[in-house]
Amino acid sequence: MAEQTPATVVTGNALRSGKVVWLTTSDDWSHEMRAARVFLSTTEAEPALARAQARAGEVVGCYLADVRPTPQGPEPLHFREVFRRDGPSHAARIPA
Amino acid sequence: MYAYTDFDTAFLTERNRQFRAQVARRLDGSLTEEEFRPLRLMNGLYLQLHAYMLRVAVPYGSLNPAQLRALADIAERWDRGYGHFTTRQNIQFNWPALTDVPDMLDALAKVGLHAIQTSGNTVRNVTSDHFAGAAADEIADPRPWAELIRQWSTDHPEFQFLPRKFKIAITGSPRDRAVTRAHDIGLRMVTLDGAAGFEVIVGGGLGRTPMLGKVIRSFLPASELLPYLEAILSTYNLLGRRDNKHKARIKIAVHENGLEAVRDLVEARFAEIRPDFDPAVADAELDRIAAQFRVPLRRSVPDTPYSDARAASPVFRAWADTNLHPHRDPGHAIVTISLKAHGASPGDATSAQMRAVADLAERFGYGEIRVSHEQNLVLPHVELGNLPLVWQQLKAHGLATANVGLLSDIIACPGMDYCALATARSIPVAQEIATHFERLKLEHDIGPLKIKISGCINACGHHHVGHIGILGLDRAGVETYQITLGGDGSEDAALGARTGPGFAYDQIVPAIERILQAYLRLREGRDETFLQAYRRLGLSPFQAALYELDSANAA
Repeated sequence: MAEQTPATVVTGNALRSGKVVWLTTSDDWSHEMRAARVFLSTTEAEPALARAQARAGEVVGCYLADVRPTPQGPEPLHFREVFRRDGPSHAARIPA
Repeated sequence: MYAYTDFDTAFLTERNRQFRAQVARRLDGSLTEEEFRPLRLMNGLYLQLHAYMLRVAVPYGSLNPAQLRALADIAERWDRGYGHFTTRQNIQFNWPALTDVPDMLDALAKVGLHAIQTSGNTVRNVTSDHFAGAAADEIADPRPWAELIRQWSTDHPEFQFLPRKFKIAITGSPRDRAVTRAHDIGLRMVTLDGAAGFEVIVGGGLGRTPMLGKVIRSFLPASELLPYLEAILSTYNLLGRRDNKHKARIKIAVHENGLEAVRDLVEARFAEIRPDFDPAVADAELDRIAAQFRVPLRRSVPDTPYSDARAASPVFRAWADTNLHPHRDPGHAIVTISLKAHGASPGDATSAQMRAVADLAERFGYGEIRVSHEQNLVLPHVELGNLPLVWQQLKAHGLATANVGLLSDIIACPGMDYCALATARSIPVAQEIATHFERLKLEHDIGPLKIKISGCINACGHHHVGHIGILGLDRAGVETYQITLGGDGSEDAALGARTGPGFAYDQIVPAIERILQAYLRLREGRDETFLQAYRRLGLSPFQAALYELDSANAA
């Protein structure tokens, strides 16, 4: 079977707050990964990324992150993206 | 403690005004991110995994109570109520909004703190012995020289765009608590015919190519420190590689050109610029600075409360045996405040804890607080008779863990829980090691042990100089941990040796346990520390235990 390019989402950090954001289906930014728009091909994803990067007054450091689409929304393929979605994993004695 | 002059205050005010305007221009679109990024980095502002991160310099690890309270207030008002003390004696705030950072910097400036040169290819915050000015084993307090270096290196026009970042550490004691041989320049105070000077070490560093520094000058008269440092930096600025970021540190320049060649260039440059530095001016400035670091010690309470508490409370005694260090004055002690309660994130302190430490420093500690590169806080001067009161207060704030220098006193970088460069987590590994051995009640039996964990090859967690070093990597999308043994950051500095294949996240704690069970079996007695046993036995028996090889295969 030919290797398939994984599905992707566009993600970055909000310019003002620095918080993690995902590009949504309504072309907006959300702090919830499950709201992210999933791109099934690079031909779709790359122009979307370029448009997102041009929104420099809203976001910083946009890139494509690999995901697995599920009925509950996209699931990260790499553990780094899991931490970006869920926040620090360590048992914190700190308020969230 | 040293107080900033009007010159420093005016300088900070102006820098903060400039940065506020730069942030405004970024937000209104006048500056692109590419233009803004170097400007924010020059002011210590990074973009990390979940948020911005502001790294505040704690010059040579010294704070006064007003400064620590300001850090507590900043954490509460603009962050999430805690700060993270780092292996470079700095403090990091993990959650600031870009829009709040100008106000944070103004709040810092009010107490003489800033984030300048905590990032970028410049001379970074000068680190020092956290027991400086207090330790019984010290020749002299190195901090006046550290302050002189701070003044010289801050905004030095020639050294704002070095090939790579540049770290200087200084110690006034033959016992090296500042890991001087793992710095671009390490300065160790020595005496020659009764005069104080420095052994100058160059080209140390950890990271992807770990190297121990080499002695470039065995004795430098103290009054010639600045011209000699300038000669090294100036030589490196031209010699250091700019074609490859990974080969740009001075350690590579020394390695590729040879120590002799670098020494010749430095000495030639030194001869050239030395006439521009008037030693009388340096000495006068040094005297002015040094006077401010002197602490007039008192004897206001008898020692008896201390001996009484030792006799009455085994818990106090355990804390005193572990967390106190001999002071130059026999009526005082140096108190290390552990920020490593079992299961806590190494180096984190809440605003309430910072305020409690500030109060203790004010009441019982001559207004002095230190940050150690081992991510603890230190009260360097406490009268023996006040120790029980200090301990009570620390206990009330979860700060009296008796584990300094033991297994759970782990250095860990922020790792993938925060850092954009990390390849694996390190904080939870530290937490799980600490809680596991706490359950086994083995920590005190194992004795002195330094475990150091980094979440990527940049080695902020100093894993190469850990007696047990742990390096977290991403191997095909899975967190994998490599172990090194026998590293040492002291005056007998050594780089650890890799044991072999790495371990998965859920296998790292059992792996560490196998190494330590082997140590308990193999040691010649309780007096032989892990490091001594390793030096006597070598890697093989620990490797055999770690990989569960039979002894025939262990070689």
